[in-house]
Amino acid sequence: MEENGRIDMSRPTVEMKNIVKMFGSFKANDGINLTVHKGEIHAILGENGAGKSTLMNILYGLYHPTSGQIFINGKEVSISGPNKAIELGIGMVHQHFMLVQPFTVAENIILGMEPMLPGGRVNMKAARAKVNEISARYGLQVNADAKIEDISVGMQQRAEILKVLYRGADILILDEPTASLTPQEIEELIEIMHNLAREGKTVILITHKLKEIKAAADYCTIIRQGKYINTVSVADTTEQQLAAMMVGRSVEFKVDKAAIEPGEVALEVHDLHAKDYRNVEVLRGLDLTVRKGEIVGIAGIDGNGQTELVEILTGLKKATHGAITMNGHDAYNKTPRQLFDMGISSIPADRHKHGLVLDFSVEDNLILQNADEKPYSNHGALNFKAIDEHARELIEKYDIRPRGCEHEPAGDLSGGNQQKVIIAREVTNDKDLLIAVNPTRGLDVGAIEYVHKYIVDQRNKHKAVLLVSFELDEVMSLSDRIDVIFEGKIVGSVRGSEADEKQLGLMMAGGSAHEE
Amino acid sequence: MKNSINTKRFIEKLQESAFTYTLISIIIGFIVGAIALLIAGYNPIESYGKLFGVIFRSTKNISYSFIEYSVPYILTGLSVAFAFKTGVFNIGAEGQYVMGSVAAMLVGAFVKAPAYIHIPLCIIAALAAGALWGGLVGFLKIRFGAHEVLCMIMFNWIAYYFSNFIVNLDGVNVGGGKTWSVPIADTAKITISDWLPGLSPKAHFGVFIALICVVVIYYIINRTTLGFKLKAVGFNRSAAEYAGINANGSVLTALSISGMLASLAGALQVMGVTYKVSQFAGQEGYGFQGITVALIGGTNPFGVLLGAEFFGAMKFGGTRFDAPSEIVDIIMGCIVLCIAISSLLRMMISSNKKNKGGV
Repeated sequence: MEENGRIDMSRPTVEMKNIVKMFGSFKANDGINLTVHKGEIHAILGENGAGKSTLMNILYGLYHPTSGQIFINGKEVSISGPNKAIELGIGMVHQHFMLVQPFTVAENIILGMEPMLPGGRVNMKAARAKVNEISARYGLQVNADAKIEDISVGMQQRAEILKVLYRGADILILDEPTASLTPQEIEELIEIMHNLAREGKTVILITHKLKEIKAAADYCTIIRQGKYINTVSVADTTEQQLAAMMVGRSVEFKVDKAAIEPGEVALEVHDLHAKDYRNVEVLRGLDLTVRKGEIVGIAGIDGNGQTELVEILTGLKKATHGAITMNGHDAYNKTPRQLFDMGISSIPADRHKHGLVLDFSVEDNLILQNADEKPYSNHGALNFKAIDEHARELIEKYDIRPRGCEHEPAGDLSGGNQQKVIIAREVTNDKDLLIAVNPTRGLDVGAIEYVHKYIVDQRNKHKAVLLVSFELDEVMSLSDRIDVIFEGKIVGSVRGSEADEKQLGLMMAGGSAHEE
Repeated sequence: MKNSINTKRFIEKLQESAFTYTLISIIIGFIVGAIALLIAGYNPIESYGKLFGVIFRSTKNISYSFIEYSVPYILTGLSVAFAFKTGVFNIGAEGQYVMGSVAAMLVGAFVKAPAYIHIPLCIIAALAAGALWGGLVGFLKIRFGAHEVLCMIMFNWIAYYFSNFIVNLDGVNVGGGKTWSVPIADTAKITISDWLPGLSPKAHFGVFIALICVVVIYYIINRTTLGFKLKAVGFNRSAAEYAGINANGSVLTALSISGMLASLAGALQVMGVTYKVSQFAGQEGYGFQGITVALIGGTNPFGVLLGAEFFGAMKFGGTRFDAPSEIVDIIMGCIVLCIAISSLLRMMISSNKKNKGGV
């Protein structure tokens, strides 16, 4: 294969042998081996909390291994910190970008390593030339003079990659690089990775997305619960096999959903209008009906009013005109508490901002809305025993890891487990309507399967579910009915079983509107 | 073998606990103070000996240190610590303290009632003033989006001049060209040294009220749904709102309670120690020092109690010091600085540990 021709199998650039990392008594890494060669794109696959990031943080010098050896280009090294890692040619692009917003791309890239002119001035001309040279070589299209705050997430990521290359990295670690990218940007990123590898760079890709591994990587090392499972050639392994190795059991990709007859109307939205923070009208007469025992999926490109719709339905935002009823009661422009009491619960899009109080323990987060209710409190005094029991039960039932985390701050859990905390809470609330916004964002296949199961369970219990997701696959596989939103209106509605990706895509882009 | 594991775990616990860093900070504070003493030409060992000697010399001095000088700090410290827990920096305790003292003085001087009514009345008036002064800032923040820190700093000055204005009113001023108010009636005084002559002359039973407040605030923060909601709003306002908690109401409640604690400090000081309100020449600083005490106490109510006792004792010791009393301020300043950077200290110690435990 042409692809594999660029890999120099005689030269392992990174070798990690028998890496163990303990946090207290918790083994985050338990004897992990990793060998990556020059010119190779190597994926590290594992569930949330499996220890992928820990391993890479060890390679980047942020953590020190409890035991084990690291070899870079055949020489044993001790990586004391990121500075040492950079010296060894290792660069890391973090999941959360570290860029100075009001600075330009070029300024961010040279920050800390500025080419100087006499008199202590920064040689911006040389900097720009260097940035342009690197970006041309690897096909990283960026505008060196654009300010970070003005450019897209995809371009910000390219700036981060450039920053690493500018510092002379030969080994690039990309931590969950596609988490916040659009499908188009993901394709571009994969292309960039191939360019890098072709130029002899080594790329280590941390991810739990199987599709991307298939599209980008040559080899894949699988980690499960801190343990090394296997290293496989991606070309010879199916997605199903990868998933099974990652989760430790076979994974069902298809959602199992029996047909049930939708019942009475739960949520009814009529002629809803609202403005966004710039005072531009983003909802322009939206109509929506969700019945009990039905999952209604909202498909649409980000920015067509989904965010505002959900904010209004959860009480965070006021509409300017229209009508909303929940179970026949007026639910127009109510407070979050009133809507919750009327029977609306939700899995928010931003779990850090809206879903959790990260400094609170897991058990406190699990009763965030219910602290006033019995048995969690009595006349204003908290009942810790009941709160504890409730938490332990949900941790067990929803497989929140690590076990026994009820007193740990929610911020210490991995993203997937944080999401499970929210889902456990909202599903346990057992309201008549569950609004789920991008409920599987950043989750691995094992966790996605669980989340989908819980959503379908709610529907099977004759609850109404409103699913808003940018993952078209997810909308199509879960929904009983799909409403397509475009420019603040529902422009089409199709039955879930009859949905066709092309047709939906066309409607999402404002093409011909099919009314059922 | 088992023993050594236990010892190791104990040391690890110690390295993680905030108390250790507070203790280290206090030691560093004293070392810096010793250097200052040396520069000023004093023998630090002798001076410190005298300082502690004075604090513990007699029942009377102990009463000075731990009751008379400490009570206001317990309450202003609690006020600041409570607000911290709910995500608000209460730099306005100073003004709330002043409003409490003015309210207690007015009711104490101009209402006639038997002690068992008069004393609670003074306290209630002060609490109302404090709740109003703190709550008003909350209202401005909620209604107009005003920044609470700026508001509070201005409110401190408004309280300052309001107090001076009241003190100089005809009828309130004691007359004869003096710059203080008429004294409060005997029925409003809470001094206990008449019955317990061994104590300092102005020891008062406000110390018990302060202790009750410590327990009550601890209970509210840690054991009640009110504390739960206030903390939720403090840590993550968006998530709290999303979960249906009334965030605006929480801010208002938190600032009112905070204001009540600081104003109570002012009231007890008037009823137990000064018996009057004097025209200010400068801000007295009980509220600001509440910030210091809250930091020393790690914003834990019982920590605040210890911090306030320590602070009060040092203040008293400083007045009977042979060296300049500013040395005490230097020591306290260093301690607060060290506590503020203790997260850095913690990082240094734990990374040191990591390196040792590494390959």
